[in-house]
Amino acid sequence: MSPSCIRKVLIIASMRNMIQQPYFFIALALILFSSGSFARLNIEITGGLESGIPIAIVPFSWQGKGALPEDIAAIVEADLARTGLFTATSRDKMPATPHSGKDIEFQQWREIATDNLVVGRLIEDMRQNGASFLVEFQLFDVYRGRQLSGFSIQANHSTLRRTGHQISDIIYQQLTGERGSFNTHICYIMAEDVTTEKRRYRLAVADSDGYNEQIILTSSQPLMSPAWSPDGKQLAYVSFETGRSIIYIQELSSGKRREVSSQRGINSAPRWSPDGRYLTLALSRDGNSEIYLMEIATGELQRVTHSYAIDTEPAWHPDGRSLIFTSDRGGGPQIYSVAIDPESKTAQRPQRLTYEGKYNARASYSPDGKLLTYIHSDSGKYRVAVQDLESGTMRVLTETQLDESPGFSANGTMIIYATEQNHRGVLESVSVDGKVHSRLHLQKGDVREPSWSPFLNK
Amino acid sequence: MGQTFKILGTCAVLLLLHFGVSGCSADGELRPDEEAIAQEEARQLQIEAAAAAEAAAREEAERAARERQRLQEEAAIAEAATVGTAAYARKIEEMLGDPQNPLSTHVFYFAYDSSDISVADRDAISAHAEFLATHPEISLVIEGHADERGTREYNLALGERRAMTIDRLIKVQGAADSQIQLVSFGEERPVALGHDEQAWSLNRRVELLYSGY
Repeated sequence: MSPSCIRKVLIIASMRNMIQQPYFFIALALILFSSGSFARLNIEITGGLESGIPIAIVPFSWQGKGALPEDIAAIVEADLARTGLFTATSRDKMPATPHSGKDIEFQQWREIATDNLVVGRLIEDMRQNGASFLVEFQLFDVYRGRQLSGFSIQANHSTLRRTGHQISDIIYQQLTGERGSFNTHICYIMAEDVTTEKRRYRLAVADSDGYNEQIILTSSQPLMSPAWSPDGKQLAYVSFETGRSIIYIQELSSGKRREVSSQRGINSAPRWSPDGRYLTLALSRDGNSEIYLMEIATGELQRVTHSYAIDTEPAWHPDGRSLIFTSDRGGGPQIYSVAIDPESKTAQRPQRLTYEGKYNARASYSPDGKLLTYIHSDSGKYRVAVQDLESGTMRVLTETQLDESPGFSANGTMIIYATEQNHRGVLESVSVDGKVHSRLHLQKGDVREPSWSPFLNK
Repeated sequence: MGQTFKILGTCAVLLLLHFGVSGCSADGELRPDEEAIAQEEARQLQIEAAAAAEAAAREEAERAARERQRLQEEAAIAEAATVGTAAYARKIEEMLGDPQNPLSTHVFYFAYDSSDISVADRDAISAHAEFLATHPEISLVIEGHADERGTREYNLALGERRAMTIDRLIKVQGAADSQIQLVSFGEERPVALGHDEQAWSLNRRVELLYSGY
């Protein structure tokens, strides 16, 4: 991360004297999303298909001094490929490299069955001290020889990748009719040296493809359960910086944060209501882990579940009128749903949603409320599953063994999750049909608990 | 083959016996004179007297040392019985660290997705309960942990449930509420890395951490 992207770093040391660990370390970093372009993560397509929408994204021309500052076409190609809905023509199979509409000979592209063609130019904008760019692109329907879309976008060095994601969103919407969710963020936890006194936990935010990583918080004690506010401007998370679990809400632009729950026992699993007014959370203040609602403005708590079992991992239905949660009230962990009304402070009797397998946990809804994704385990393997709520059918999407924390992208086409690869945690995404997996690599440490942000511009 | 060795062995023993006997018969036939005997006896008496004196002195010194030690020990016991002194802390540490003492068992392990205490651990847990009941100034943090399998927030609750099982057992045997704090770290603070049962079994644990002495 370049130093310019951190405005200010606060270090608060020695929070409390604890046995064996007299000093806790925690650092808060205030970040600016628009700055910094240092790439720490990258994508691998680990599986694919040949039946997606054919598209060719020709490398953009570069009109400026020095080396090409960013390969915009590659960013767009990786974005589209990850969804599993597109099949991109590889560069060595391209018959030509046009950079604008007038250079295109459509017949050449029809011959290689490329239905859609993207061309573009990256131009150094000399009007502003050389640090500014103009990104032009056009999307063509190859068979009709017609332009479907074309934009000219201003950018600076630190927003070039984001411009690539914006172009991906435009193309995606044009060709599928659905909104793209490439120009979004992910948050996650990284851990290092967890078995030694040097242990470090970091809360990070990055672009949806894993680039532009920004560290939000560093602590010598565990950080858990980061969750986006519905406007994408705040994160709720659990920090053990004082030696026990406490829930905080932190504003990303200012770095300001406040404690929202430090009840006796565990303070866990915060998730924002769709309207942003409530958090649902798991607290054990009444003896064992139960689901609660908290009105954020007042801190007022309502208890939702009443059971001797573990009730945790709550998540909202997108309509805000019911929750799902994990409970082992039936013996092992399974997913239950409970209708709630925060206004009248009532909750119905929970209904069990999962029956296949001994272990189904940490579910969340797709943005349209029609699907659930959760961790399903049978015979010792923990994998990402999707359940269609109407038919009740469940499908396992992965072949890994220690998957965790699955969650949908803002447009519901992809699921991000954490898994284990070569003895460390990595993040992967999978298309909802299970056909395309991509991996986001981290240079060091374990990565876990990814969460995909909502759309950044409503 | 075996028989040949036996015969050779027997021969060797016989040869050794033969040389041993002939060696003895070669010893001297010398006889000391009277004067030499008297001198030797006088020297022996002197040595004995000196030894007796030395022994008496040593005994006296030892008695004094024992007395000093007794006084020191009495003082140490008095100090060790005083909460807050360094000697007291040392005494408690020795108790907790003595492998013969059941208190030295302060990590308890659990089966997968279970918070049941194994029968073998019950005596050690009772010892901790009695220790807390008889040392009201001492406090205990019960830390619950889980292995990496399954989901993190469920594991946080599972770690707490493990800690609660031990907490209940300790309190029912006389420890006070105010002495005990529970904390669960779920799967966030493993002691063993690795993705196999060997590592997992070490991570599914409750640790007892004492303070206040």
